[in-house]
Amino acid sequence: MISLLSRFKRCMSKGLTLGLVFGAIGTVSASGADHGEAGFNPSEFIIHHIQDAHEIHLIGDVHIPLPVIAYAPESGQFDIFLSSALHHGAHLGSSGLWYTMDHGKLAAHDHDPTGHDHSAHDHGDDHAEEDHAGHDHEAHHAGGVEIVDLSITKSIFGMLLMMGLVLVLFASAGRGYAKRKGQAPKGLQNALEPMVLFIRDEVAIPSIGRKKADRYLPFLLTVFFFIFFSNLLGLIPFIGGFNITGTLGITAVLATLVFVITTVSGNKHYWSHILWPAGVPLPIKFILVPIEIASIFIKPFVLMVRLTANITAGHIIILAFTSLIFILGEQFGGGVGIGTGVFSTLFMIFMYMIEFLVAFLQAYVFTLLAALYFGEATHEAHH
Amino acid sequence: MELAMILLESMNQGLAGLGAGVAAIGAGIGVGRIGGSALEAMARQPEMSGDLRANMIVAAALVEGVALFAVIVCLLVVFA
Repeated sequence: MISLLSRFKRCMSKGLTLGLVFGAIGTVSASGADHGEAGFNPSEFIIHHIQDAHEIHLIGDVHIPLPVIAYAPESGQFDIFLSSALHHGAHLGSSGLWYTMDHGKLAAHDHDPTGHDHSAHDHGDDHAEEDHAGHDHEAHHAGGVEIVDLSITKSIFGMLLMMGLVLVLFASAGRGYAKRKGQAPKGLQNALEPMVLFIRDEVAIPSIGRKKADRYLPFLLTVFFFIFFSNLLGLIPFIGGFNITGTLGITAVLATLVFVITTVSGNKHYWSHILWPAGVPLPIKFILVPIEIASIFIKPFVLMVRLTANITAGHIIILAFTSLIFILGEQFGGGVGIGTGVFSTLFMIFMYMIEFLVAFLQAYVFTLLAALYFGEATHEAHH
Repeated sequence: MELAMILLESMNQGLAGLGAGVAAIGAGIGVGRIGGSALEAMARQPEMSGDLRANMIVAAALVEGVALFAVIVCLLVVFA
């Protein structure tokens, strides 16, 4: 009899949780199905969450505007203003240029392209009014000004956040070590020490050798923790969807740094291996040397693409499972939406676990390969 | 004739999807082989399991990287 009661209680608790899940998903799917102005467009939804933006879009209509910094090479002037000014039509900057935002791309004109203002240029106004619905290429040509977009976008803001975080964490841990010389580590040091030792003992020293590893260790540690924390930040939902390491620009810089350090610290042995490989017959040298020279550039490029592609693909998968709920809900009605919601959410949780692994793994692989390239470059001749 | 025109217009995106699928086949085969040989080696020598597991994961990440190149190229075809 006791077992019957406990079984009943367990069934009830399971049913309750399932009911809560149904209810939550149901409300979400119901609101989602009515939300889209023209239905739910999954590719637009996914692209919007992957791409960089000039604001942080939290929920619905809540945006955190970010500063737009535009530099016009012609006049040499900077214009700085918050991106919330671009929500309603064009914005007149302090240097006299009009700024518009089209599909997330900043453009500058020397007159107001929306034509709502009392502008003297009829020519440009007509063009703008005609094709304002689509891409305003014509309006761009009629009075468009070249600008360099140096804004603090979402990814840059996230990057600065991560830089600050890494700096603060390690500065405080370092101070802790200096203060408590010879004593057991306390607090934050406990969390960071295993990872730092892991990078030093499993990645840097085996690849570079004990003698020279200390020279490259600061860079390797910085790169590892920056990429790791940036990947993790991209996984946190509801704070605006950061995609820092999925931005080609940021990974390009990391890869360029690896390239520069490898090239600068390459010793004679390294270059002789590339330009005049030993023990290879002459005809094959003609094929091998161009390939080796190309690989100097290809290896960092591959590092960049690997990191970007892995992180972006992870974000796309999670977003695709989310949009599956809304697609099916719209297509077949609310009930299917709810049912899909349950399974999609469970699968999404599973994918999230995989994404945690990928976040660490990609940081580790980037650091490992960078250490391998440094080791190659500084390898002493011993044959 | 018109059918051919319709097909040609949207062929880009269809082929891009096909390309991404073929890339997935490559990734599946590659990582499957890595996992298979790692398991075999772990069965032969259980005390080396930790070492083998770490190396297997690194190799899998590198192979996945190559497959994701193809995915990026397909995405570029569709969206640019």
